Amino acid sequence: MRKATGRILTAVGLLIVFMLLSWAEKNLDPYKCRILNLIAINAIWAVSLNLIYGYTGQFSLGHAGIIAIGAYASSLLTVSVVKKAKFFMIEPPIWPISVIQWPFAPSLVVATLAATLFGFLMGFPALQLHGDYMAIVTLGFAEVIRVFIMNLYSITNGALGVKAVPAYTTLLWSWGCLAFAIFIVKKLGDSSYGRAFKAIREDEVAAETIGISVFHHKLLAFTIASLFAGLGGVLWAHLICSTDPNAFTFLLSYQILIVTVMGGMGSLTGSIIGSIIYVGLAELLRPLDTPTTAIRILGTTIRGHPGTRMLVISILFVMIILFYRRGIMGSKEFSWKWLLSKLQAVFKSKTTEQEK
Amino acid sequence: MTLSMFWQHLMNGISLGGTYALMAVGYTMVYGILRLINFAHGDVFMMGAYFAFYGIAIFALPWYVSFLLVIPLTAILGMVVERAAYRPLRDAPKISTLLSAIGVSMLLQNVGFLLFSGIAKGFPRPSVFAKQWSVGSIRFLSLTLFTIVISLAALVVTFYLAYRTKMGRAMRAVSRDIEIARLMGINIDRVISFTFAIGSALAAVGAITWSIKFPALVPDMGVVPGLKCFIAAVLGGIGSIPGAMLGGFLLGIGEIMIVAFLPGISGYKYAIAYSALILVLLLKPSGLLGKMVEEKA
Repeated sequence: MRKATGRILTAVGLLIVFMLLSWAEKNLDPYKCRILNLIAINAIWAVSLNLIYGYTGQFSLGHAGIIAIGAYASSLLTVSVVKKAKFFMIEPPIWPISVIQWPFAPSLVVATLAATLFGFLMGFPALQLHGDYMAIVTLGFAEVIRVFIMNLYSITNGALGVKAVPAYTTLLWSWGCLAFAIFIVKKLGDSSYGRAFKAIREDEVAAETIGISVFHHKLLAFTIASLFAGLGGVLWAHLICSTDPNAFTFLLSYQILIVTVMGGMGSLTGSIIGSIIYVGLAELLRPLDTPTTAIRILGTTIRGHPGTRMLVISILFVMIILFYRRGIMGSKEFSWKWLLSKLQAVFKSKTTEQEK
Repeated sequence: MTLSMFWQHLMNGISLGGTYALMAVGYTMVYGILRLINFAHGDVFMMGAYFAFYGIAIFALPWYVSFLLVIPLTAILGMVVERAAYRPLRDAPKISTLLSAIGVSMLLQNVGFLLFSGIAKGFPRPSVFAKQWSVGSIRFLSLTLFTIVISLAALVVTFYLAYRTKMGRAMRAVSRDIEIARLMGINIDRVISFTFAIGSALAAVGAITWSIKFPALVPDMGVVPGLKCFIAAVLGGIGSIPGAMLGGFLLGIGEIMIVAFLPGISGYKYAIAYSALILVLLLKPSGLLGKMVEEKA
């Protein structure tokens, strides 16, 4: 198969997906749209974690902090001046925040850049460390960010959170951003930078000896990953229409980790699949949490109980780690070549059956 | 601020630090042997607190019986966690074990939410621990003194086990070099199980002293003390048992002193603990008493 054919197929595939999405935006009910949006946002986060962990091998648990920066920055930039004055009950907002009210696009860009900057500032010290030390330090940074958000009442409204964030996130925005994230990360992964990332993942010392500037590459990967984490945060804030500091605990970082591990470390298509499964499962299992559902097994009725859903998800996560560590896609990517060869194989076996 | 108030705060700090030290030792022992941050340790601690609560509230045991039963129960829980979630990954990349620990932590919390519900449970405070005592002009609750005594006793026992018994020597050998220890005929699996049992038993003691002091039990109560005690372990030098004890006491005293003397920034005390962690890791990763642990070469 020629390279051009693959590109045409990708373009056609994207076109179809986006036509479907614009149809869905108009025709599906808000609940279903919200699920589709959540899939895209979780996939963006998973792609971001994949760049740091799957490609570069640096284990970060600091995503929640970066996401919080993106979400808060964009919320504060877009919420109307009147509403800010109303919601900041404990202390009035300080100067630039009290007068700013931007449209979505510039706010998205600025908030994403703010998250990127914080990612750079977090990565610079954290990447001096390795493995689980790096994990705990990034987790620490994220918690420090959250503690500051909780306490800086005049900037973030503290524990009360920012409410009435305008609902700007549409399916086209979220899936468009996902496509953008995948495009950039894929291009980066295929470039000389990507090869350097993978060399660092395989063996840091060896990478250093062949002349790769290990720290610079790690920092680059971390900063770009922060950009996408922040982008996802912006979209999330404008989807759920409020930013609450308690949404950005380490549990959010764990959630992203689950999605990424499920899909397969180092696989971008895996990130999408992981996200579909995670968000889908979280919604499908929702009846387990409501006491009104009753499941009949072997003559006994089991009632739903709040908390069952997360229990099932965490059991699944432990099972995946123990028995299916490579995830759904492993480190492979979906490719047209693979699909075509499969189709061909199916087609051939059918024709041979007919000949017989 | 009078001198007697300073002593009072110091005493509270030592008492809180004792609880931290108990948990920090669990982190440091596991890290020393498996090079694993046992994310589930805080949740084992939470389970210990609930075991004690149910022992008193449901089985109507006298509090001392319940407290004594909780220690072996929690130790068994720790061993089960190791057996089920860490041992199968012994030869896997190190990061898989860390993921597994995160998974177990979530699992235990969710089991907690399901079994114990998210509504806070009030831990009964036996009257022995609620007496007002005073020495000179220093006034304190009896539980403050008891916590100090209990944690010191538990730490002395740990010290004895680690430095004066055959199992403890095996444990230290494994933490020095697991492969050589295996070649020397040490049963690695048993040593690791033993380590988890000791660590979890200490967590149970910590859970009891913690719950008497802060009597609201919720299923994610282990997370914040867990992270703080990990910080304490790093502060003292991870892998070093005396280091973890020192780190625990320093953290406890520091926390109380910040709240007492700088109330304006007390909202940031958690951030301060983390900043201390980050600074220690960046400037002196071996901690106060630890030896530098070489990462994979």
